[in-house]
Amino acid sequence: MNALAVKAYDLRQDVLDIIVSGGGGHIGGDMSSMEIVLTLYSRMNVSPEKPKDPDRDRFVLSKGHCVETLYAVLADRGFLDIGEVKSRFSKFGSEYIGHPHNTLPGIEMNSGSLGHGLSVCVGMALAGRMDRRSYRVYTLMGDGELAEGSVWEAAMAAGHYGLDNLCAVIDRNHLQISGNTEDVMGHHDLHARFASFDWHVIDVADGNDVDQLNAAFDEAEGTKGRPTVLIANTVKGRGSPIMENKAGWHHHLPSAEEYERIKADLCARKEALLHE
Amino acid sequence: MNKIANRAVMCEVLKEAAAKDRDVVVLCSDSRGSASLTSFAETFPEQFVEVGIAEQNLVSIAAGLASCGKKAFAVSPASFISTRSYEQCKVDCAYSDTNVKLVGISGGVSYGALGMTHHSAQDIAAMSAIPGMRVYLPSDRHQTRKLFEALLTDRQTAYIRLGRNPVEDTYEEGNVPFEMNRATVLAEGTDVLLVACGEMVRPVKDAAEILNREGISSGALDMYCVKPLDREGLLEAAKGKKFIVTAEEHAPFGGLGSMVAQVIAANDPKRVINLALPDAPVITGTSAEVFAHYGLTGEGIAKTVRDAWSRL
Repeated sequence: MNALAVKAYDLRQDVLDIIVSGGGGHIGGDMSSMEIVLTLYSRMNVSPEKPKDPDRDRFVLSKGHCVETLYAVLADRGFLDIGEVKSRFSKFGSEYIGHPHNTLPGIEMNSGSLGHGLSVCVGMALAGRMDRRSYRVYTLMGDGELAEGSVWEAAMAAGHYGLDNLCAVIDRNHLQISGNTEDVMGHHDLHARFASFDWHVIDVADGNDVDQLNAAFDEAEGTKGRPTVLIANTVKGRGSPIMENKAGWHHHLPSAEEYERIKADLCARKEALLHE
Repeated sequence: MNKIANRAVMCEVLKEAAAKDRDVVVLCSDSRGSASLTSFAETFPEQFVEVGIAEQNLVSIAAGLASCGKKAFAVSPASFISTRSYEQCKVDCAYSDTNVKLVGISGGVSYGALGMTHHSAQDIAAMSAIPGMRVYLPSDRHQTRKLFEALLTDRQTAYIRLGRNPVEDTYEEGNVPFEMNRATVLAEGTDVLLVACGEMVRPVKDAAEILNREGISSGALDMYCVKPLDREGLLEAAKGKKFIVTAEEHAPFGGLGSMVAQVIAANDPKRVINLALPDAPVITGTSAEVFAHYGLTGEGIAKTVRDAWSRL
């Protein structure tokens, strides 16, 4: 039994509560990316006591619409108060808006418009190299996001400069708002695409498995001279059969009945993990 | 005629700063030559980042560097950095509050016969509409130096438009009145007020001299700080004037003229005549030829004032 894997289901419940309380959110991607964000924050050198430490690792949620997962993980790491997030998310005048905002502790950059995060991380990684600091820089992108041209400008620059302190993760859940990613705008061989930009590419067979993710992050840290990308194969809506692999759940607001069903499913999945 | 372009002065100031401060970083998008920054890149290779022809990436990388404490100067043709990278300027620089100075080189119609793709006649309107973005158009090389020296000391993003060609001095070396975010009074007068920014400042100064000789007492303001516009300076200079004429190397909407008119209409209503480029692709020619065609010269501006004065 992996404690982090169990915690992922507790935090999924937080995400569900945040979304239902706020009256909206991006539940499908939140659920697919939970283990990625949680595993990263279990490894990153970040601390709520020293949020501006120049040596801290950096994370930019490029797929900013999955902020509910980031809120849950940041609360778990002590940056935010989960009760406050749940009660104030998306409310009038709230600082807890539907995309990351860097006036909140633990959030580096504002995002929400897709295709910015990787470029910003190239700048952060270049700064680390200039200052001879050993911090690492991470970003999480959606697979639908990869249609943004700026992603490939950034991929080119990261490869050109051999930024081995930079690691990108793709939440490869194969769905975006209009349907299957390959029907909307095909990515074909993503592995080959990034490799051709001089990236080290790791295919994570199950991107909802914390052990597989940890092994991939270890490999990324050990990779020298090139940036690394993890193509993490995940399940959109992971946690309950009523939302898994369904594009309609990209930003569906659960009804009271659906809420209870998802809550029960999350509990059952957690129980199963506890008895593994 | 002065032979030193404002962009060359920018390079001098940034080199002086970079020698003392390793956090000063310059980024270009295959634009180091046009920006006169080749010598910066050669002198400070570790403080220079080339991103290739990728203006969106240029601005976001600059924001990433700035978020880690760098004083980032992203330098690219004004037409591209202000519109192709517009969202990056809005989100990664202004909204995320990063210390990125966005420098639009070869601004306005500097690229002359290259056409509308290379003209930046929308940049003032576009950049001014972003909350938290400041917009500066220095007039001559002396003011450019003062402005960049001031910008190096603050931590907030800004857009700075520079022209490509050397322009006649407006100020004298060693005697350059400059206060950050305050318009500079070029001439005092009692009848009319002329207001300009960037390359239109010298023609407006010339126009004021012509008009004052002819007996129309003309005040003139260098509003290099288009945003934040110096409201107090403008209203003080506008006091008692019959009308105001603005001049800018920009489309007729959303630029200096619009902003001046907004302040005047709300506080001291009187006629504001806006001299600008047309709402159309501009005629082919050098900057000087284009300005002359649209009446954006000392004599052209003086003629506009004379005509309006005669109809009072």
